[in-house]
Amino acid sequence: MNEWLPVIFMVLMGGAVLAYVILDGYDLGVGMLMPAASHEEQSIMVSSIGPFWDANETWLVLGIGILLAAFPQAHGVVLGALYLPVVAMLVGLMFRGVAFEMRIKASGWHQELWNWLFWAGSFVASFFQGVMLGRYITGFEAGLGYWLFAFVVGGALCGGYVLMGATWLILKTEGGVRAKAIGWARWGLLWVALGVALVSLATPMVSETVRDKWFDFPRTLWLMILPAATIACGGWIWHSTGRLRSGGSSDDGKPFLAAVSIFTLAFLGLAYSLFPYVVIDRLTIWDAAAHPSGLRFVLVGVVIVLPFLVGYTIYAYRVFGGKTTGKLYD
Amino acid sequence: MEDALLLARAQFGLNIGFHILFPTLTIALAWFLVAFLWKYRRTGEEAWLTTYKRWVKVFALTFAMGVVTGITMSFQFGTNWPGYMNHVGAIAGPLLSYEVLTAFFLEATFLGIMLFGMNRVSPGVHLVSALAVAVGTTLSAFWILALNSWMQTPTGHVMEGRQWIAADWWSVIFNPSFPYRLVHMLLASGITASFAIAGLSAWRLLHAPSDSGAARTLRAGIVTAAILVPIQVYVGDQHGLNTLHHQPAKIAAMEALWHTERRMPLVLFAIPDEENKRNNYSIELPYAGSLILTHSMDGEVKGIDAFAPDVPPVTPVFFAFRVMVGMGVLMLLVSWYATWRTRRGQAAPRWLLWVLSAFTFSGWIATLAGWIVTEIGRQPWLVTGVLRTRDAVGEVGEAALGASLTGYVLTYLALLIAYFVVLTHLAGSGDAKGVA
Repeated sequence: MNEWLPVIFMVLMGGAVLAYVILDGYDLGVGMLMPAASHEEQSIMVSSIGPFWDANETWLVLGIGILLAAFPQAHGVVLGALYLPVVAMLVGLMFRGVAFEMRIKASGWHQELWNWLFWAGSFVASFFQGVMLGRYITGFEAGLGYWLFAFVVGGALCGGYVLMGATWLILKTEGGVRAKAIGWARWGLLWVALGVALVSLATPMVSETVRDKWFDFPRTLWLMILPAATIACGGWIWHSTGRLRSGGSSDDGKPFLAAVSIFTLAFLGLAYSLFPYVVIDRLTIWDAAAHPSGLRFVLVGVVIVLPFLVGYTIYAYRVFGGKTTGKLYD
Repeated sequence: MEDALLLARAQFGLNIGFHILFPTLTIALAWFLVAFLWKYRRTGEEAWLTTYKRWVKVFALTFAMGVVTGITMSFQFGTNWPGYMNHVGAIAGPLLSYEVLTAFFLEATFLGIMLFGMNRVSPGVHLVSALAVAVGTTLSAFWILALNSWMQTPTGHVMEGRQWIAADWWSVIFNPSFPYRLVHMLLASGITASFAIAGLSAWRLLHAPSDSGAARTLRAGIVTAAILVPIQVYVGDQHGLNTLHHQPAKIAAMEALWHTERRMPLVLFAIPDEENKRNNYSIELPYAGSLILTHSMDGEVKGIDAFAPDVPPVTPVFFAFRVMVGMGVLMLLVSWYATWRTRRGQAAPRWLLWVLSAFTFSGWIATLAGWIVTEIGRQPWLVTGVLRTRDAVGEVGEAALGASLTGYVLTYLALLIAYFVVLTHLAGSGDAKGVA
């Protein structure tokens, strides 16, 4: 049992991070799309994420909480090495989270300011999450090339979140916003394709450990399922948004589902690259794992609470199911 | 190294001090909202619904401030105090995880339904959602105070290798100071919210004297405060006795008692002189110190000298304690007088409305002062007797710490100004734009 505890918590932490990236990903993406919309459209866009953003960000706290509880050694190493990008991300998240409330209550130039902060906060938070990921993959190596790589990942993640946001808006809105969102999704998809291709090619180049795991025949052939499926999902988005644009019959939820699939596949690829490291080349999950007594205590809580958590989260999404209309406060 | 330690402490203190303002308000405000909704359901009076809708906006704003600063906190444990995680992570981590699992998701998810779902769910489900938010905020106080109290008065832990682990979770959570601290903090939240409600209602009445809803919430706020403040005085005294038993060095710093003595006087005011270990310009009440702390005229109280070198800085703890107690006394007087003055539906005079407006954030001042007493009073320990603060600080350079500290200060200043602007706007304009 004790041997397996770190693996269980690795899966839990990975699940929390994936949930965060998907859930906060779409609302950060919507935030980044704000400047492309008119004033009325902005209100509808914010309304579509209003009931959810808070719980979405809680997944980030859960991910960090598990890192802290299960891999305390790694918590210090990772967050110490990522100190400045973390600060930048947090400042972005703070302005953005507060802007949700402020922009509704403000008027005139105040409202313009908060709209701008909402956009800027979303962008800064997304970009630096990508930078953190880039730094993390390379094991926090110093050097210009590694930082350049991190910035490319930052840009790619912004593209990914924009795609998530746009497909979310296709699902949740009607009329003008939806029509625009179809265009945004197609445009975002191009950036995502570029970003994913760049990151996939660059990662084995900057990390020997990752290279060895991917270029190991015949395992490589099996692994090619991941990029193949990713390309298929990209094609699926292109095709379904094309149909939606020309007014053909297609489900408004399909592009979002496909975008979620792309993120999940990229996440699986990443998880495969890193396992069993929690800090690449330095700390495995067994090295960094907390004492089993603490892990068992948390596991009891997870087993009891998680079903409720998932249950009421699904309930909340059902309450606010269907197309978003009008204003937030009714 | 010392500078880095000071910067790390300053930054963490700034964050935690800024963060605590908002949960202090929302924990109790959530219960007020449940009460407003309950009243509406019971009486069917539209006025209660209007009251709810007005205050739920204040709540949403305050809650958002708490969430974003709270996320910052969760990162700073690792960025500023990696040694804390290495040594006691196996105890702190699980407690924080339980907070996220049982409290954060509950409040965040049902907040969505509470704020935006009134027309989408039945009134019963809506009330339950508000209740879930209130339970969530209170549960989060439970877990974080369990951890904080364990750091103050640790029990139930054993050393294993180089780290401390829990031998008995029950005694880790229900450590000796936890029940006192939890009740003390929940009461602080109740009082803070009461004065905030009374103060913002008073502000509204100054602008619109005929607003009957504001008169109603004004009364609700001051009556609640008038009940809670005396309870807090009693609980605070009990908490102090608990501290005397478990953290006597903190009490010595609170009272600026440099040397162990019997028949200790109560120092009402003084300028502590840390270098020469004595008080200047002190005003004292003879015997009162021993009487309060030991409930006996000639009881012995241990002074700073008994605990050297592990003693907290005296000056900030001494003054913060006096600010907290002073605010408490003022709040007692104001809430009792205002309750008496508005008895049987009488309107409060304008000067009293001004006083109550000035007291809107009195709870924040008292709470912050209280936290300074208890946290600085714990120094030089991070976990009393287990881990020193200086052994937990990370290797982040002074430049990075300085730059990020500047960033945080500017961010918090901007957020706080915006918060006040919107709050006074909401309170002053009553039902205008954005409200109900």
